[in-house]
Amino acid sequence: MKVWQCVVCGFIYNEQEGLPGEGIKPGTAWADIPDSWACPDCGVAKSDFEMVEI
Amino acid sequence: MNPIIVLGSGLAGYTVIRELRKLDSELPITLVSRDSGDFYSKPTLSNAFAQKKDAAGLLQTAAAGMAQQLNFELLANTEVHSLQRSEKKLLTTNGVLEYHKLVLALGADPIRIPMQGNAATSALSVNDLSDYAQLRVALAQAKSVAIMGAGLIGCEFANDLALAGYQVSIIDPGSYPLASLMPEQAGRQLLEPLAKIGVTWHFGAAVQAIDTTPSGYALSLTGGTTLKADVVLSAVGLRPRIQLAREAGLTVNRGIVVNNQLCSSDESIFALGDCAEIEGAVRPFVLPIMHAGKTLARILRGEPTPLNFPSMPVVVKTPAHPVALLPVSQGASGSWQVLETGLGIKMGFFNEQQKLTGFVLTGQYSSERNDMLKKIATGTL
Repeated sequence: MKVWQCVVCGFIYNEQEGLPGEGIKPGTAWADIPDSWACPDCGVAKSDFEMVEI
Repeated sequence: MNPIIVLGSGLAGYTVIRELRKLDSELPITLVSRDSGDFYSKPTLSNAFAQKKDAAGLLQTAAAGMAQQLNFELLANTEVHSLQRSEKKLLTTNGVLEYHKLVLALGADPIRIPMQGNAATSALSVNDLSDYAQLRVALAQAKSVAIMGAGLIGCEFANDLALAGYQVSIIDPGSYPLASLMPEQAGRQLLEPLAKIGVTWHFGAAVQAIDTTPSGYALSLTGGTTLKADVVLSAVGLRPRIQLAREAGLTVNRGIVVNNQLCSSDESIFALGDCAEIEGAVRPFVLPIMHAGKTLARILRGEPTPLNFPSMPVVVKTPAHPVALLPVSQGASGSWQVLETGLGIKMGFFNEQQKLTGFVLTGQYSSERNDMLKKIATGTL
């Protein structure tokens, strides 16, 4: 399980925790999140800005 | 053909280049930056301390890497002296540059409030990565921090530095936090949660003087109070950088005036980001910058594309009491109504037709942003 950070706003996505509030189950790999998904903090779409692994 | 020249290497400048490269891998692009041109995430400057990140830790990609990845010519550490529009030239510390089209992504300067005292200029502002490095040096020996301004940046720093163990005071002439973004009832929700983590609020007061004392700075506030602090941070707002544009005879107001095609009063010159006033409004937030960057890339390729902003929420990174909001334009007619209260508040802004056009979600409600955006789309709850 990896932790990712949005390059634009610094939002952290932890694969282990997922984002249940956004309909993403705990344990969801970053690669499995759809391209239409947007960063919940800055709204940047997944397809526009890669998250970097931290 | 001369290149498209982008002035500024912040989020605005880099977003335009990135979006242009998605559409065209060959178009010549030159990026001129007065600093190193390294790419970092500016919104993290005000919440990096508690994560124990130094300036180097915040750097995402060095400028040379960006230049290679996005195939542009980089002119770093380059100041622009003047813009000669009739010849489409820039005079810089790195020689004369000719452009085909020019993009102004100059950003904004922190506003400095003039004050008295022998340490009047000692207040730090954090507006870029090197400012952040300076703040970290200043804080290394410090225990207490006074922050001027209870807006978004002031509140985020207060939360971050309090979590990192500093005694934080915030001074603001207004009467509650985040006053430019939300109504009083919502702003007041932050008072107690931040006080609990060690933030002391001083409203209705301004700093009149800063003096050095043997034990740190003494801040004299209006009303006679004196505060002690080891570090003073100024977060009272930003002023768009318009000087270059004004001297070149472009139309400027608060920002560089552009239309809904991001075009200035010169058809070869465009502006976006914190320096731009797009159809009457300056929007110094991430979402409008990303959106404008995408639109401008298409326009620069010769596809006339009107800018159509979607609903763009703003997040205030105050983990002690998180806030998400959809701001309403200043002077919009309508009223704020309380929708729910609990550990936080949910408020909606209704226009004269009783249509929902804005919201504030604090505390427990801050995670309901997507839900509220759906309601905004329909205009009803």
